[in-house]
Amino acid sequence: MSASGEAVNVEGTRHWRNVVLLWLLASVIMVPVVVFVLGPGLPPGNGSVEASGQTSDNIVLLALATPVALGVLVYLGYALWAFRERTPEVVLDGPPIRGNSSVQFWWLIVTTTLVLFLAGFGTIRLLADGAGGGQGPNPLATPSVPAVGSRLVVQVVAQQWQFNYRFPAYGGVETNQIELPENTLVQFNVTSLDVIHSFWAYELGVKADANPGVNNIAYVTTKGPLLFHVRCAELCGLWHGYMFNQGQVVPKTQFAAWIAQQRVKFAPATKTLPPYSKTYFPHAQRRAG
Amino acid sequence: MSAIAMSATAPRSGWRKLIGFNMLTGILLGIAGWYVGHFIGDHIHGANLAYFSAQAGENDIAIMLGYFLGVVGFLIGLGFANYPVKRLLGHPPSLAANESEAHGLMRYFSLSTDHKVVAKQYMAGIGVFFFVAGLNAMLIRTELLQPDVHVFGANQYLTLVGMHGSMMMGTMTSGLLGPFATFLVPLMIGSRRMAFSRLSAFTFWLLMAGEVILLTTIFFGGFQTGWTGYQPLGAQGTAGYDAYICFFALVGLSMTLFGFNLIVTITTMRARGMTWSRLPIFVWGTFATAWLMMLAAPMLIAALLMAASDRTVQTAFYIPGQGGSAYLFQNLFWVFGHPEVYILALPGMAIVLELMPVFARKPLWGYRLAVAGLLGISFLSFFVWQHHLFVSGINADLRPFYMLSTELISLPTGFIFLCAMGTLWRGRIRLTVPMLFCLGWIFNFLWGGISGVFNSDVPSDVTTHGSFFVMAHFHYTIMGGLIFAFFAGIYYWVPKMYGVNLNERLGKIHFWTLFIAFNSTFAPLFALGFMGMPRRVVTYNPSFTSLNQWVTISAYVIGLSMLVFLFNVVWSLLIKREPATINPWHAKSIEWTLPTPVPLHDFDRLPVFDADPYPYGVEAAPARAPAIAPARGSA
Repeated sequence: MSASGEAVNVEGTRHWRNVVLLWLLASVIMVPVVVFVLGPGLPPGNGSVEASGQTSDNIVLLALATPVALGVLVYLGYALWAFRERTPEVVLDGPPIRGNSSVQFWWLIVTTTLVLFLAGFGTIRLLADGAGGGQGPNPLATPSVPAVGSRLVVQVVAQQWQFNYRFPAYGGVETNQIELPENTLVQFNVTSLDVIHSFWAYELGVKADANPGVNNIAYVTTKGPLLFHVRCAELCGLWHGYMFNQGQVVPKTQFAAWIAQQRVKFAPATKTLPPYSKTYFPHAQRRAG
Repeated sequence: MSAIAMSATAPRSGWRKLIGFNMLTGILLGIAGWYVGHFIGDHIHGANLAYFSAQAGENDIAIMLGYFLGVVGFLIGLGFANYPVKRLLGHPPSLAANESEAHGLMRYFSLSTDHKVVAKQYMAGIGVFFFVAGLNAMLIRTELLQPDVHVFGANQYLTLVGMHGSMMMGTMTSGLLGPFATFLVPLMIGSRRMAFSRLSAFTFWLLMAGEVILLTTIFFGGFQTGWTGYQPLGAQGTAGYDAYICFFALVGLSMTLFGFNLIVTITTMRARGMTWSRLPIFVWGTFATAWLMMLAAPMLIAALLMAASDRTVQTAFYIPGQGGSAYLFQNLFWVFGHPEVYILALPGMAIVLELMPVFARKPLWGYRLAVAGLLGISFLSFFVWQHHLFVSGINADLRPFYMLSTELISLPTGFIFLCAMGTLWRGRIRLTVPMLFCLGWIFNFLWGGISGVFNSDVPSDVTTHGSFFVMAHFHYTIMGGLIFAFFAGIYYWVPKMYGVNLNERLGKIHFWTLFIAFNSTFAPLFALGFMGMPRRVVTYNPSFTSLNQWVTISAYVIGLSMLVFLFNVVWSLLIKREPATINPWHAKSIEWTLPTPVPLHDFDRLPVFDADPYPYGVEAAPARAPAIAPARGSA
């Protein structure tokens, strides 16, 4: 019994070594591939400071996920190759191994370390600049104004089924297009007039739900000129699929010219708008019934 | 047992079988109940009727009451009122008389208190609605062949999306436990029945009533909210949203009671020697899930009751301008909704862990770790729900906590993976059809889990939230996980449940086409989400067209693969009927020691357990059945 047990252990060690070597080999090949080949293509790109931050986060996550996934896949492939029953006509049992406390212990240690690292990393990145996400009315994380830049508040007013943009610093003008100056810390005050929408400026790396009666703040620090897509990311009814738009980040002079032009163009409309406010309660839509 | 058979009334013949308390009567009384409810509702709301006459069929009170009384009528017609009524009149009928009431095929269309019949009813009912919901998915993908609207209108499309989501979620919450736990838990723990046999039947028929109500939404304009039913969008909805409310409330009630029934059964009905540490891992998985069902589903019912009262009696729980909050519904929905997705996932894990030892011919590796994994997921899943609201602005300061709690769930999930992988270690792996589906589960759930890490990381989630990436993520965990485990369970247990073998060659074709088509459908959706395609859109940026077309064609192949399965079922179960041996898989758990088909009262004598069900690789498996000790309460 002890002799056969010895043989079993030797064989087990051999399998173990094979799996680890194969996994190391696969990881050494694949991690650089995903980081350097897939990595630069990960969203949302480098359109803004926050977008770049998200992209680099995605690269870190992918770089960590790759060896984990490879571990499972290599093991699975190896097990199916090495431990597959070659004579299925005869039903034979494998060895009655019911666990291995050191494997279980190290698995727990490694996965816990990974998870705590991920949570810590995510928290640090989140608290640094808010990562472009909606932070509610009292933002915890506020990025600093860029050295050569300025600050701009834009209110995003969502309604079925379009986004309008209100500029409180420019006489509260409301436009249906959006242009933003470059190198500027933009504060989006996102709210809704009817149902829940979500303001998603893809290339800027901004997403914030537009809730009726709530001022949801998201920050983004623009870089150079950029064309960005705005889409609604929360199902908001019949024409949700058509709730999209394009915006631009432009040089500061061009922005000044554009906003002046908008103020003239929308002057009659601006007079009829309610005064600028964090939220609006239009005539409540009650379901009659 | 023979005494019971003797006391039964002689079976009625021909069309007379249709008279009595059965599904037909239930449907007729259900329709009657609908009209009574509608009539009452019209009169309650008479004062306002003139105002609403422009919107025909838009009286929500009438529709809600119609659904409610319709369900009551359906249940009375099935015979659920018999016992309480007779008891009130002073002569309660015995359970045995009830069981022998229906014979042959008819018992599948009546109230049955036999857990094996209920399990088969679940299997058939869930199968039907699983295919209906799957068909909806095919139609959704058809619309997405082109970036513009070309097959369905926006309203039809969103209704299809909502019906697909709601029906899959509602049906598959009981998808694994309904057929498999109802059938197997009593057998595995050495009991002759569920703790509450009538409740077992009740939860099944309630679910079916709910499914039919969801289908009626198409007569009332559908609903545009998706399965999440967010408010205040729901408050705007036509009467089709009432169907959504009633459907999910019934599903919630069914889940709550089912979970309760399972917990009591597993806690109190175990045979002698079936200690907690000998419980088959499938029963542990059922137990962990049952707690989720019992504790999470009432949240859903509460949320929907408030939505219903907003629509009918003019409350304003969710209407922001009048003191309500749109956050409230989101919050309540996901307090239910996140445990819900683990209600879907956990039984799948349990089935995989239960089957792995059989086909690796080894004991379950790390039994305690697996139990810890199942219970750990169950516990943690109550503390993660606001990761669905990372960009909503609600409790933004708590996002680091929800990020941590969500990522912590990968620890117990990792235990499950480790135990599954450890069981394969130096086993003698037999690649049967159920085993292929289990291995498919490992592969798919791996990607589901890894993509979940991206969603749980707030900075990364800012881009992926609400996009096709999320959609791909949960389809990898639910379809790639739950559905693969569902098929593993079907191929594995059908020989015991139905006494016939499923064709193995067709099973392998089914697996390989499904596995390849599934990955070919959902892997590109990760890319589409990364590229910026939002969920639930009827139209999209033309630059996404070629990927969407690829996905649609792959989805059709999934459909074809399901047809192979359907053909296999019809061919093997109805036409060929090749009888199964008692233990075709050479498994060592107790259900395979019972005769096929399993007799009415399961065990002649209740078994006594002296080991766990995984004695693989030991010389002589402990004899377990026939049992040596006399059954409790029998002579």
